Amino acid sequence: MILEINNLSVGFHTYRGDVRAVRGVTFNVNEGEIVGIVGESGCGKSVTAHAVMGLLPEENSFINQGNIKLLGEDITNKSNKEMAKLRGTSMAMIFQDPMTSLNPVLTIGQQMTEGIIKSKGLNKKDAHEEALALLKRVGIPKAEERMKAYPHEFSGGMRQRVMIAMALICKPKLLFADEPTTALDVTIQAQILELLDELRREMKMSIVLVSHDLGVIARICDRVNVMYAGRIVESGPVGEIFHNPQHPYTRGLLNSLPRVDKVDDTELPVIEGHPPDLLYDIKGCSFAPRCGEAMKVCAACRPNNENMGKEHCVECWLPARDREEGHHE
Amino acid sequence: MNNTEIPNNKPLLSVKNLKKHFVTKKNFFGHPKEYAYALNGISFDINKGETMGLVGESGCGKTTAGRTIMGIYKPTAGEVYLHGEKLDLSKGPEKRIQMIFQDPYACLNPRMTVGEIIGEPLEINNVYDDNKAKQQRVYELLELVGLSREQANRFPHEFSGGQRQRIGIARALAVNPDIIICDEPISALDVSIQAQVVNLMRRLQKELGLTYLFIAHDLAMVKYISDRVAVMYMGAIMELAAAEELYANPLHPYTKSLLAAIPVPDPDVRQDVSIIKGEIGTGDMTGCPFAPRCNKASDKCFKEMPAIKNVEGHQIACHLI
Repeated sequence: MILEINNLSVGFHTYRGDVRAVRGVTFNVNEGEIVGIVGESGCGKSVTAHAVMGLLPEENSFINQGNIKLLGEDITNKSNKEMAKLRGTSMAMIFQDPMTSLNPVLTIGQQMTEGIIKSKGLNKKDAHEEALALLKRVGIPKAEERMKAYPHEFSGGMRQRVMIAMALICKPKLLFADEPTTALDVTIQAQILELLDELRREMKMSIVLVSHDLGVIARICDRVNVMYAGRIVESGPVGEIFHNPQHPYTRGLLNSLPRVDKVDDTELPVIEGHPPDLLYDIKGCSFAPRCGEAMKVCAACRPNNENMGKEHCVECWLPARDREEGHHE
Repeated sequence: MNNTEIPNNKPLLSVKNLKKHFVTKKNFFGHPKEYAYALNGISFDINKGETMGLVGESGCGKTTAGRTIMGIYKPTAGEVYLHGEKLDLSKGPEKRIQMIFQDPYACLNPRMTVGEIIGEPLEINNVYDDNKAKQQRVYELLELVGLSREQANRFPHEFSGGQRQRIGIARALAVNPDIIICDEPISALDVSIQAQVVNLMRRLQKELGLTYLFIAHDLAMVKYISDRVAVMYMGAIMELAAAEELYANPLHPYTKSLLAAIPVPDPDVRQDVSIIKGEIGTGDMTGCPFAPRCNKASDKCFKEMPAIKNVEGHQIACHLI
């Protein structure tokens, strides 16, 4: 097991009070697999990733329960120094906007070699060679010349390739990709996804892909966690989630997407309302106020995490399976 | 409105060979030295009551197209006709064309109440003399987009992204425009909210007979909302056809690869792995702008810009078809 997250809760102190962004998240990542976390903005998917990486802002964030195990070792309460050692070697992260993650006043070559010298202790020449090889591997054309270029001279897709190359320096076991293609065009997005898929095969790397785009998730993930209001409401293999969604939120999301590969002219089914304010405690199911099939129990008690078989788990009092059984009777 | 006198066969909006080049570098004397070729002569018609989709990757000129048609940018060349009458775009934005913007956070003034925001176009254009009638119209608009009149005194920060976009739509509707240019109206919104806003836009179109120019990069949403779709690449229209037809039977190599690149929310749909190579270029070239990325490009493609021709009901710019 590469990563095990157990009942993790993360909150932030704000002027309005404590916002509890992640409310008991449990999942794990096996070697060489791509696990997707999908959900809308504010559902806690990025916060989960940042918590594992130890990148939460120190001033106002807190982990109030749960633990994170990386390669069998508990890293929940590690100091900044220890986390800094893990970052880059055992795990690495790429972000949505590569422009803000690169230093604008240093050339790409300088930034790459700096990282290699620091983490591997190589001399300048060897570091240069290695940086070049990595840039070539991620598909930067004319890599030798481009080493001398500054980040602003690269396009968005090329910058994301550079970020991936940097993340690969120490061959991490785990890569967090936080909306890696959201800022990119579809044709470039397809290229980057293909690259990530290739790399995980080649290097037996595990990837946690955080995205709001169900299409991206369906394309490269092995397993998916659907998040809503700080909790994983449904999880399972990608085929199960997309073909046999059990949670009304997952179903609603899938239905509200128009498809390019299908003809439809009916009004798009919508999920009415909007997500809850995470400042407050939620007693029952967090999706109940927006759910068309909510029952009394939904507002009163939180549903258990029920295993539907085939590693497919759902947190709902009335998953689609039970509802259909009811219809048959 | 005066559009009752116009014969039905005439398009509502007609764009003819519209060009917009931005000066990116000036020489010592302040004369332009280098240009960014954002729009290289696009032409299309939009009929009343229809939705025209304009899609393409970032930097292809779709936003510039919208803004130039509206008169926010002064065109380098070309004309825009509304109801068959030529618009003088040098005079600034045209009242009969309104716009819905991409970022619902940036496009509303945080110091104005929602009522003031929606009322502003009415004020600027002196639609109402008396304040009460104006207020009434603001309430009407709020209710039209699914908000309540009590919300008129609130400030934008009190609303969610989807609600703000509704406010943006109400503002665009205030002066009864003939056509609304929607510049990526839903791309900043969450998936579950996108559907709400798109349904609202379709409902308004049915009820008020609106005409949209819908600019977006989300091809699935464009297909859903549009009657006809134009695909742009580096300042030129590559292909234009009826929405269903374009998606079912794309002819242009760029349209084909663009459609193949969209991730479909279905893990069993194994998509064509022949992913389009390379990236968007700079635009100051003589041949077909897509030629460097096209795997079928011939010498002619690099030398000569293909003219728009009609093939199987598609308007298409490609030497190979």
